[in-house]
Amino acid sequence: MTRKQRRLSIVAGFMLTLGVAAALVLTAFEENIVFFYTPSQLAEKNIPPDRRLRLGGLVEEGSIGREADGVTITFRVTDTVEAVPVRFRGLLPDLFREGQGVVAEGSLSAEGIFVATGVLAKHDENYMPKEVAEALKEAGQWKGDHE
Amino acid sequence: MTAELGHYALVLALAVALVQGLVPLYGAHRGEAGWIALARPAAAVQCLLIVVAFGALTNAYVSSDFSVLNVASNSHSAKPLLYKITGVWGNHEGSLLLWVLILALFGGAVALFGGNLPAPFRARVLAVQALIAVGFLSFVLFTSNPFARLLPPPVDGRGLNPLLQDPGLAFHPPFLYLGYVGFSMAFSFAVAALIEGRVDAAWARWVRPWTLAAWCFLTVGIGLGSWWAYYELGWGGWWFWDPVENASFMPWLAGTALLHSSIVVEKRDSLKNWTVLLAILTFSLSLLGTFLVRSGVLTSVHAFATDPARGSFILAFLFVVVAGSLGLYALRAPAMRGGGLFAPVSREGALVFNNLLLSTACATVFLGTLYPLFLDALSGQKITVGPPYFHATFGPLMVPVLLATALGPMLPWKRGDLLGALQRLKFAVAATLAALFLTLVLAHDGPWLAIPALAIGVWMIAGALEEAAQRLRLFRVPVAESLRRLIRLPRAAWGATFAHAGVGAVVIGIVASSAWQEEKLVVMRPGEVLSVGGYEVTFDGAAEFQGPNYTGVRGAFRVSRDGRAVTALQPEARNYPNPPMATTEAAIRTGWDGDLYAVIGDPTGDGAWSTRLYHKPLVHWIWFGSLVMVLGGLISLSDRRHRVGAPARRTTADAVPAAAEGD
Repeated sequence: MTRKQRRLSIVAGFMLTLGVAAALVLTAFEENIVFFYTPSQLAEKNIPPDRRLRLGGLVEEGSIGREADGVTITFRVTDTVEAVPVRFRGLLPDLFREGQGVVAEGSLSAEGIFVATGVLAKHDENYMPKEVAEALKEAGQWKGDHE
Repeated sequence: MTAELGHYALVLALAVALVQGLVPLYGAHRGEAGWIALARPAAAVQCLLIVVAFGALTNAYVSSDFSVLNVASNSHSAKPLLYKITGVWGNHEGSLLLWVLILALFGGAVALFGGNLPAPFRARVLAVQALIAVGFLSFVLFTSNPFARLLPPPVDGRGLNPLLQDPGLAFHPPFLYLGYVGFSMAFSFAVAALIEGRVDAAWARWVRPWTLAAWCFLTVGIGLGSWWAYYELGWGGWWFWDPVENASFMPWLAGTALLHSSIVVEKRDSLKNWTVLLAILTFSLSLLGTFLVRSGVLTSVHAFATDPARGSFILAFLFVVVAGSLGLYALRAPAMRGGGLFAPVSREGALVFNNLLLSTACATVFLGTLYPLFLDALSGQKITVGPPYFHATFGPLMVPVLLATALGPMLPWKRGDLLGALQRLKFAVAATLAALFLTLVLAHDGPWLAIPALAIGVWMIAGALEEAAQRLRLFRVPVAESLRRLIRLPRAAWGATFAHAGVGAVVIGIVASSAWQEEKLVVMRPGEVLSVGGYEVTFDGAAEFQGPNYTGVRGAFRVSRDGRAVTALQPEARNYPNPPMATTEAAIRTGWDGDLYAVIGDPTGDGAWSTRLYHKPLVHWIWFGSLVMVLGGLISLSDRRHRVGAPARRTTADAVPAAAEGD
């Protein structure tokens, strides 16, 4: 095999791999990008059920409840303007509290309940999920850092 | 006083690094022996000064000197000594000081052990290393001074995040940094070679041990991090495709590719341009990882700092390093001609294949990690790219490279025969088919993709073992002869055997634990029995207790199998007061068949608790396999060729007998 052929075969292999990778990336991006919404944005935009998304805001005071099976938890996420009911089956993070920042990932059910597959709360007392902090600032509800 | 001493030493180190970065570089250009000779002592002095600075900060932590702001914000007098020491790097400023310390130690090691390098080349390597140090030292001194005073000092410190008070995480950052910064050696060697305009087999042989060492450290660092996430976060997961995890995984992928391509440069004098480029990219990805984690653009446990000045500084530095080195590469690389010819099916071909797929896979991880950041910066739109994206892109790209891992070492240099290699791997082929058949019969309840995926792991282990057996001529020559070969053959090849088998074990662990995992999420009353993964688990209730620096709730589970008691599990939920924080301590029982993992949740009334129980088959193979990989790296590092040092350039590069039978 000459030097030219060898180079050609390597370039061909390279293009092929790159093409496959590009195709994989594009389809994966199309299907797996998860957008972040606040309760107000969720109310504004008409999002079809079963589309994966992230919902962020504060856990509404007095909204936490537990269903009969004991491991399904319901609460409402609010940005003080709008509130969305959330249902989550699982163990809540250690720092999940009423009135504190939370990000839930999941999708809307046909009845408009947000069914969460994962719930992220603050890592510690000083930390507020960044998206939530910014969203609250926009809603004019931000009271400054906890520090 | 010691804080000022440390600060002063750091300022001096910056001055020394500036001199070390400029004078030897110019000296090597002009051929001035005296200027060139400055590099070694300067590297030693710089290293010493940074050791003093690091010692000063450690001293402030150990003696709980709360007049130092950094100590007051991150330590507490009631902390155990181990966590006082590891608290030094459990924060932004201290972790950067550790970064600089490791950089200086690597530079010092080149100065000390680099006796066999030609003086001008060594001077250039040390100068590049010093220029990196200049960037990081100014970053520490101007934006993140760990020695800033706090007056009047508080009575006690604010404490270290309890999540970080853990042996697994205590040593995770140093190993990660040893890996990141270790790749700076490959970078410095690459840039020095570009300045000289010469890359040859001897160059590859100098670069290889440094890259290998960095790779081993990074593997340990990533392994420790994922192990910590597994037992400490209480979610039962060990890898989340979190941007911070990806930040350490990208240099690992590029570094793995670099390890393989440098073999081709060393043995066949080919792929030189690509290897130099890879060395530059690997370190750039390490810097990018540092930027992502340290600049606060990501929200996670790792992001200590959210000061925009810091982010812009690292970003600017990253830009200078990447643009500068790539510019130099564009200028000089075309002049370097490739050497030996090879057919697509050959050892070289297999290594190119490995590089192509590893770097493409690295690029897909890069896109998934950075796309949300770009989108946020450009349009303010907030998105996340989760695990499904990475499973759909990274997974398929890994399959061919994993399959090729067993074949590559069976192919000869220059021209190989795929069918012949497969025939020589007949036992491995048989073992793989047997594994396929057995999982199909025994464990067909999982996702069907898991069955071939598991077989890939078996193929890699069996292939590595069969290749090793053939190298020993096992059962074909007397046992004594095989033993002699075991000792005499180059260790680099044994390293490859272990590393490849280790990857196989990791694959098996990942596949088995995710495909056949059993998860139970239920409310349990005292006395209730639950069956998980073939075990009967009895809940005996939960009670409050008092820990050394926390309070908590401890659940009690009895585990039995077929009526015989196996073990007791006691998961905890803890509340730390300094700083106030709650953590979950999962209880894990590791058996030969996998882990039983228990987490205690919240009380639901009447003495009942919400609990989560997992059975994760073979999950421990992930970390066991990583250790085997590192062991392989260490064996390869102990190869005679690295110990006796690199041969002189050109003249004898091909005359070393051991090189004939290689990796």
